[in-house]
Amino acid sequence: MTSADLKKRVLWIGGALLLVALVVLPFLVKNYRVFQFNLVMVYAIAILGLNILTGFNGQISLGHGAFYAVGAYAAAILMDRAGWPYWATLPVSGAVCFVLGFLMGFPALRLGGHYLALATFAFALAVPQLLKYKHLEGYTGGVQGIVLTKPEPPFTFRFLDQPFNADRWLYFFTLIVALLMFWLAWNLLRGRVGRALIAIRDHPIAATAMGINLPMFKSLTFGVSAAFTGVAGALGAVAIAFVSPDSFTVFLSIFLLVGVVVGGLASIAGAVFGAIFIQFVPNIADELSKSAPAAIYGVLLIGLVYLMPTGVMGMVRRFWARWQPGVARPSGQPPAR
Amino acid sequence: MDAFLHQIFSGLANGCIYGSVALALVMIYQATHHINFAQGEMATFSTFIAWALITQSGMSYWLAFLVTVGISFAAGLAIQRIVLRPVEKAPVLTNVIVFIGLLLIFNALAGWIFEHTVKAFPSPFPQQSGLATKYFSAHEIGSLIVMLVVLAALYSFFRFTPVGLAMRAAAQNPESARLVGIRVSWMLGMGWGLAAAIGAVAGMMVAPIVFLDPNMMAGILLYGFAAALLGGIDTAWGAVIGGFIVGVLENLLGAYVIGTELKLTVALVLIVGTLTLMPSGLFGKHVVTRV
Repeated sequence: MTSADLKKRVLWIGGALLLVALVVLPFLVKNYRVFQFNLVMVYAIAILGLNILTGFNGQISLGHGAFYAVGAYAAAILMDRAGWPYWATLPVSGAVCFVLGFLMGFPALRLGGHYLALATFAFALAVPQLLKYKHLEGYTGGVQGIVLTKPEPPFTFRFLDQPFNADRWLYFFTLIVALLMFWLAWNLLRGRVGRALIAIRDHPIAATAMGINLPMFKSLTFGVSAAFTGVAGALGAVAIAFVSPDSFTVFLSIFLLVGVVVGGLASIAGAVFGAIFIQFVPNIADELSKSAPAAIYGVLLIGLVYLMPTGVMGMVRRFWARWQPGVARPSGQPPAR
Repeated sequence: MDAFLHQIFSGLANGCIYGSVALALVMIYQATHHINFAQGEMATFSTFIAWALITQSGMSYWLAFLVTVGISFAAGLAIQRIVLRPVEKAPVLTNVIVFIGLLLIFNALAGWIFEHTVKAFPSPFPQQSGLATKYFSAHEIGSLIVMLVVLAALYSFFRFTPVGLAMRAAAQNPESARLVGIRVSWMLGMGWGLAAAIGAVAGMMVAPIVFLDPNMMAGILLYGFAAALLGGIDTAWGAVIGGFIVGVLENLLGAYVIGTELKLTVALVLIVGTLTLMPSGLFGKHVVTRV
């Protein structure tokens, strides 16, 4: 059996085992842990969205928390004010954020590097204040936000002595949506579009010379990235059953960026590691001090940039490559420093 | 008419603060061509140090002021040498990530050491002093004077001292500067030190008005960015004038057009508008690059 066949077989078996583990997991742990795992998947989708824009396309965005907030509020307003079922709000959140991201992509065309970071930083700072604006209070609920009801599972059973309750139902719902979004992203990025995005990141002038329509691609990438994060926001709103302006401060945008850096830029699987990091590290660090999570993130960000610039997935890839001598460096990596 | 004038003068006083923050941003941009996202948090931390010196150690205000400025200068220099030198040549994303990391660290340190309770910061210009006029409070005139003194000191430093000349040379043409023997890396460090010191001054001037807590400078930093961009991010004078314009605009829009609740959105629109329509600002140099 050739090395490629062996590798494929290992990956298939590993994937199947992982899937079984994911399905059984919620029945092995208590409700609150299931809720936390749910949030991990939500953040994974959001970080994947940011990674498409920043890792694969090189446009730095410090404002994805704002898209998350817009997605969450769109879902909350539809569920609370218009009585929509929770699963129908996801495509609408995605579409609204796609349009918003696409519109933001136009001024972003003229901004590069730190100017784009600055503009998106300003966006992230402005959105919570906008959500508290009193003329929009009829829709957004102002400072108090909107309280939602957690959806009930459509059927119940017991497995491994744990009931199939709302938390577990939402876990599976999020799992299915997450698998779908990850598959969509993988499909999008491994073909012509993915290569065009990476070309735009690495050498925009050469990419234009080769015939890639830079403005269209960059704006569409902004839109798609915002749509992913918007869907994640909607899922988060459904899971937490509450939205308020103060849950979506600029720190959310920063934490999403931390997740991207930890998981690895330009890596789809890395989004999961990043999400695990930003969900569980604050819980552990909170026991030290109220400010400790931010300090740990800050130190880790700087440390990662020096020691592990390609993130967790970068380390995984390096070990994988070392295990197989004679394999070329996989494409899609950001250029080495 | 009276209220209108009052708004304008109040806007000029605010513009003082925004101009100082913008000045610090321009300092770092001129030296390193990077935008320092951590400027606000560094200024807040310096203001906390001043608070600790004044209230816990009982130092007099102006002595604590000078000590804080000195400490901030040294800390800014140290940060550039230790944290930023390794990533000098790295792509923009790496630098942005490091700046965000610094932002988080300073915010968290301020919250950890000094707690999140809101504190009052003393003003060196008491209400009853002879400085107060009908339109300006004593503190507003005082901060205006302080900022003008800082500007004058900076101008004379850059114009009349050899070190200032070396810094200007290093910013304008690093390779040629190295060839004539200027240590460009240390000049960058000094740029950071100066920016940190100016930020500390801005923080100490604004703290009596908005009260001291770890998130004091977030909104002000945004206005500082808008001011720096509006005036032209590579000119110090432009940054100061941009600060005045932004301050007056903020007050007039807040009073007459949209109310005081959307201030950050105004800053956002200013930033995006300036970057899209006038990328080099009002007074900046228009840079044309070869493809």
